[in-house]
Amino acid sequence: MTTTRRPTRDATTATLPWVMLGGVIVLGAAMLLAIAFGTVSLPLRDVWLALQGQGDPTTISIVQQLRAPRVLLAALVGAGLAMSGGALQGTMRNALAEPYLLGVSGGAAVGAVIAMAFGIAEPLLVTACAFAGAAVATLVVTLLARVVGGGTDTRLLLMAGVVIGAFANAAILVALADAPPEKLRGALWWMMGSAADATWGAVGRLGAAVLLLGGVLVVWARDLDVLSLGEESAAALGVDVSRTALRLFLVASWLAAATVAAAGLVGFVGLVIPNLARAMGARRHRSMLLVGALFGGALLVAADLTARVARAPAELPLGAVTALVGVPFFIARLRRLST
Amino acid sequence: MSTNGTLTVRDLAVQYAGQSRRALDGVSLVAAPGQLTAIVGPNGSGKSSLVRSLLGLAPVVQGTITLGAMPMAQWNARERARHIAVVPQREEPAVPLPVAEFVALGRHPHRSAFGALGVTDKRLIDEAMHRAGVSEAAARRTDQLSGGEWQRVRVARALAQDAPVLVLDEPTAFLDVAHEMAVFELLDALAREGRTVLLVSHQLNLVARFAAHLVLLHQGHVAAAGTAADVMRGELLERVYEWPLVVTRDAAVGALALLPLRRQSGGTP
Repeated sequence: MTTTRRPTRDATTATLPWVMLGGVIVLGAAMLLAIAFGTVSLPLRDVWLALQGQGDPTTISIVQQLRAPRVLLAALVGAGLAMSGGALQGTMRNALAEPYLLGVSGGAAVGAVIAMAFGIAEPLLVTACAFAGAAVATLVVTLLARVVGGGTDTRLLLMAGVVIGAFANAAILVALADAPPEKLRGALWWMMGSAADATWGAVGRLGAAVLLLGGVLVVWARDLDVLSLGEESAAALGVDVSRTALRLFLVASWLAAATVAAAGLVGFVGLVIPNLARAMGARRHRSMLLVGALFGGALLVAADLTARVARAPAELPLGAVTALVGVPFFIARLRRLST
Repeated sequence: MSTNGTLTVRDLAVQYAGQSRRALDGVSLVAAPGQLTAIVGPNGSGKSSLVRSLLGLAPVVQGTITLGAMPMAQWNARERARHIAVVPQREEPAVPLPVAEFVALGRHPHRSAFGALGVTDKRLIDEAMHRAGVSEAAARRTDQLSGGEWQRVRVARALAQDAPVLVLDEPTAFLDVAHEMAVFELLDALAREGRTVLLVSHQLNLVARFAAHLVLLHQGHVAAAGTAADVMRGELLERVYEWPLVVTRDAAVGALALLPLRRQSGGTP
C-alpha cells in the first residue's frame, strides 16, 4: 500500500501521561499543604517526619490522627464525586449532569439520615441505606422527567433532579429537627457536607468504595464512550443500551452514595472536574475518569483547607466552598451550551 | 461462525407501544452480497423502523431477520454488531473525539473491556480510514469536520467493525452534489468488494443509477421491489409519494430519472 501510515494516537492523547503526572503532583502537593496548614501551622519538614512517626509527639498526633485522615477523606470524596459525575455525564449525554444536581446525592443523604434515625450505626449498613436512597431518588427523578416530558430529555432530568434535591434537604431538616446533636450529625453536616469528623475507619471504607466502584467505571469506560454517541450509534456498536446505561448509572450512584455517607452533600465537584479533565485533553472516558479522580481529589483537599482556614476559628461547610466555585462554572457552561 | 452475507428479512412486523398501526407490516426483502441494495419510500413509510429493527431497537412483533442461515434473534448486541455495521441517520457525539479515536470505537464489539488496540485492530482502523478517504483527518476532532467528512468518518467507523453487512440510513442527507456522489461511489465500491450494502435513501435518481436492487416501502408494506426498471414507474411512484411526477430516461447517463411536476401555476415546468 502506498498510504502514509498515520499514528492512531493524536497529540492530545500523547500529552495525557503528562496530565496524569501533573495531577499526581498537584494532588500530592495539595495534601501536604493541607496537612501543614490549619489552626496550628506546621513546617513541611515536621509534617514529613510526623507522617513517618518521628519528631514531636503533639505534632505526630495532629498529623496522624487529625489532619491526615481528614485530608485523605477529602481527597477520596473528591475523587469519588468526580468519577461519579463523569460516568453520569457519559450515560446521560449531558455535560451538566452530576450526582448533586441530579438529586442522587440528596436521596443518598435522606437514606443515610433515616437509617441513623432508626439507630443504625454500622457504617456499611448506613452506606447501603444511602445507596437505597440514591436509587429511589434516581427512580423518582427519571419517572418525573418521563411523565412530564414523555421521553428522556436530559434537561428535564436535571430540573427534576434539582427539585428532588430540594425535597431531600427539606426531608433532612424535618427528620433531624428534634434529633439529639450528640447522637446524630446535624442537618447542616448532611446538607452542606464536611470532612471534619474523618476517622481512619471512614478513610478505609471510602477508599475501598472508590477503588472498587471507580475501578469498575474505569473498566467499563469504553461503554461510556459508546453510550455518549447516542442510542442508535451505541446499539450499532454492540452495546445493549438500556441495560448498560442502567448498570453504569447504578455504579455511579453507589459511588456518590458512599461519598455522601462519609462526608454529606458536596455539590458541583462532579460537574466541574470532568469538564476540566476534558479541557485538558482527557476526552475518552477512561482517561477522563483517571485524570478527574486526581484533580477532583486535589480540588476537594483545597476546598477543605479553605473551609478550615478562611474564617478560622470558624469552619465553613465544605459544600459551601464547592458551590462558590461550582455555580459560576455551571453558569458559564450553561451559556456555552445555549449559544 | 460462517455466514454467507445474504441478509434476509422475512414477514417482518414492527409495532410501537400505544400505536394502533404497525410501522412495518409483513415486510420481506433480500440484500445480497456484492451489490448495493436500496430502501426507498416516502417519510413515514417504515424505512427507519427497518433500520431500528436491524439495531435491535424496534419492537418486532412478527417475522425474522437472518444473515446467511443465522437468525439475528439468537445474537446479543455485541454479536449483532460484529455482523451488521450500521451508520445511523443522526448522530451528535456528546464529547467530540479525535477522528482516529472515533473510528477506533468501531472495534468496540470485537474488544475486551480492558487492554489496548491490537495489531489487527490498528490495521483495520487504518484501512477503514483510508477506504473512506479520511486518513488525512485522523488527528482532527469530529466537531471540526465538514458535513461530507463527518459522513465519511462515520462510514469509516462502520468499516472498522469489519462486518459482512453495512447498513446506512440516509448517509447523504445535507450533503452537496459532490459529497453526495463521493458517498455513493464509495458505497458502490464497497459493495463490489463483496460486502452486503443496504442503503436507505431519499435520492431516487442516484439510487436508480447505483443500486442493483431497490425496495420501495409504502405505509409499512413493500410496494415494489426489483431493479430500477421494476420500481421506477411513474404511476407507482405517483401513488406512493402522492405527488404528480414523471419518470424519464436521462439522456446524459442513460438511467431512469424521476421528475416531480408542479401542482400549481398552470402546469408550467
